[in-house]
Amino acid sequence: MTPPTQNTSGLSDVYLDNNATTMVDPVVVEEMLPFFTVQFGNPSSIHSFGNNVGRSIKKARQQVQALLGAEHDSEIVFTACGTESDSTAILSALKAQPERKEIITTVVEHPAVLSLCEYLEKDGYTVHWLKVDGKGRLDLDVYADLLEERGEHIAIVSVMWANNETGTIFPVEKMATMARDAGVMFHTDAVQAVGKVPMMLADSDIDMLSLSGHKLHAPKGVGVLYLKRGTRFRPLLRGGHQERGRRAGTENVASIVALGKACELAAEKMEYENTVVKAMRDRLQEGILAAVPHCFPTGDVENRLPNTCNIAFEYIEGEAILMLLNKAGIAASSGSACTSGSLEPSHVMMAMGIPYTAAHGTIRFSFSCYNTMQEVERVIAAVPPIVAQLRKLSPYWGEDGPIEDPERLFAPTYA
Amino acid sequence: MWDYSETVKEHFFNPRNARVMEEPDAIGDVGSIQCGDALRLTLKVDKDTEIIQDAAFQTFGCGSAIASSSVLTEIIKGKTLDEALLVTNQDIANELDGLPPEKMHCSVMGREALQAAVANYRGEVWRDDHEEGALICKCFAVDAVMIEETVRANNLRTVEDVTNYTKAGGGCSACHEGIEEILTRVLAETGEAFNARASRQKLHADKEKPKVPGKGLSNIERIKRIERVIEAVRPQLQRDRGDVTLVDVDGDTVFVNLVGACSGCQMASLTVSGIQQQMMEDLGEFIRVVPVPAEKPASATVKLEVPA
Ligand SMILES: Cc1ncc(COP(=O)(O)O)c(C=O)c1O
Repeated sequence: MTPPTQNTSGLSDVYLDNNATTMVDPVVVEEMLPFFTVQFGNPSSIHSFGNNVGRSIKKARQQVQALLGAEHDSEIVFTACGTESDSTAILSALKAQPERKEIITTVVEHPAVLSLCEYLEKDGYTVHWLKVDGKGRLDLDVYADLLEERGEHIAIVSVMWANNETGTIFPVEKMATMARDAGVMFHTDAVQAVGKVPMMLADSDIDMLSLSGHKLHAPKGVGVLYLKRGTRFRPLLRGGHQERGRRAGTENVASIVALGKACELAAEKMEYENTVVKAMRDRLQEGILAAVPHCFPTGDVENRLPNTCNIAFEYIEGEAILMLLNKAGIAASSGSACTSGSLEPSHVMMAMGIPYTAAHGTIRFSFSCYNTMQEVERVIAAVPPIVAQLRKLSPYWGEDGPIEDPERLFAPTYA
Repeated sequence: MWDYSETVKEHFFNPRNARVMEEPDAIGDVGSIQCGDALRLTLKVDKDTEIIQDAAFQTFGCGSAIASSSVLTEIIKGKTLDEALLVTNQDIANELDGLPPEKMHCSVMGREALQAAVANYRGEVWRDDHEEGALICKCFAVDAVMIEETVRANNLRTVEDVTNYTKAGGGCSACHEGIEEILTRVLAETGEAFNARASRQKLHADKEKPKVPGKGLSNIERIKRIERVIEAVRPQLQRDRGDVTLVDVDGDTVFVNLVGACSGCQMASLTVSGIQQQMMEDLGEFIRVVPVPAEKPASATVKLEVPA
């Protein structure tokens, strides 16, 4: 059930960029369509047009609650995206505790958290950036020390549940408990983890959690902020009484209903994700590593999302790889500087200390339940000649291997 | 993905002259693995005529870096070294039917590799002073380093100043926050605070105040001021491998000659309107700036005429 696009190879496209966004499940589309036509009422209205819609939102809230294992459905606040949920959580913590002016987060967060924190730094807040090791793992001792030393000044800890580029999973439940013991609020950006990692928020010390619809086969432009009962909160958007006044603005009903359904389906597919999808991912990685010299997986491969694998191809550049993959009908993404138009390769690769010779050539393959083993074999066959072709062009690559001491032999006039 | 022209894609998928050359007469290495693009250009040069008989490249980089290298080798083959040196990065971009603003540096790298190769052939040392900063203005491809240097060199104080001098911020205005940050940082070096309101007030004042005609100025003073404006914009045009010279002044019309990368580039009209704006502010009268070819006979003499 892949998207019905065609490419020059004549075969249907292989979509391995599900961490960027996912196809909306046809069942989900079916579920949301009536809300554009018959069920168009405003849930706030008294008449029956609105009433049914209000009930549908309540159902969606319960579907999300079930997937997250939240204690109350009122802990689910619908927002317009993952980014809004992240901003709401962090800014709320600062507003609600004006005497606390420090934040703890990591250097590998998604820009939704990273850029906000950089901005807050300029605004006079202090941000403690937790570093990662070569495999993208955090040092919990450093974190514990920070909590002990600065605890009373920290407004919030925000740590992603799983990294979007490498899939590396962070021990957020443990970190949340450590934060609670230090009297500090804890938020996690779980945009990539929801639906892939089982959650039971009722039993955790996580105060706030962000998720985004379009990463789990719901549409783009809808998200959730989970807000544990009792967590001090200040809304980002004030206005009407929607979402109990915690997020004003008339509800995006069709998408909320869709997200509810998608959460229900995700719960059913969790097992499949962690067995069949994981097996496809593992086969892809093993197949590529066996066929291509000088490449390696990045991140904590023992402890990552079942659908993600990020491979660094040394001495070539990611965007060029993507363009050739695209021509072969394969969609993936890259952490190279060129793909984003920035000067540096991905901050996640840099944070892990991946050398420049490899960081520019990182490719992320991210699966969904719609992929098949045939597709995996097609990718395994397509990648080696693409890498070989680009290495042939590369001044850092000799006859049949990297040139020795690339910085010396190929010594450009400026560095 | 990037909106590459068909020509860029064609050169990327079928690069010309991508190979290791045996015993080249000249080698030009530029770029670095940090920045994610590096290019080695190799040439075979006829000793007597200095004609480039063969050119080959190896490139580590994205689609547009590879396409720029490929098209460069096609452009320079058959040219003499001196002719080849006249190739601008804009020529490379034009030959590719344009590059996205974020990718213009790929064409610059091509040009630099060529300069490095020619220097290598002639036994000279080629040094690049080109420092690249983060791209601030995406409409006109202006990076942070250029804005910072221009702000410093000209004591700029407002976003409007920056737009007039560098074009940055003259398009969609999404980068104004970034420009304000640079202004704040640079002004702080001299202990001055960036004042966003000052620029607004200035803008309004400009709008309301009718232009005072430059009648009070002597001919000499008038020309001096015109020259000063031209001198002030030259450094950053030169950074873009371009230049501007004063050709003639006729009443309220100022003829200038744009050379190098800025002539023929789609930003030429912006450069011209920037200079025009600057002159109007400086002279307090209406000025029309008209670009002309350098051959204009009047170039040697500057006629002075004060508007009636
Ligand atoms: C980890 C993470 N956080 C936040 C976001 C942003 O979500 P949205 O696009 O819904 O704003 C993404 C999606 O790219 C993500 O991967």
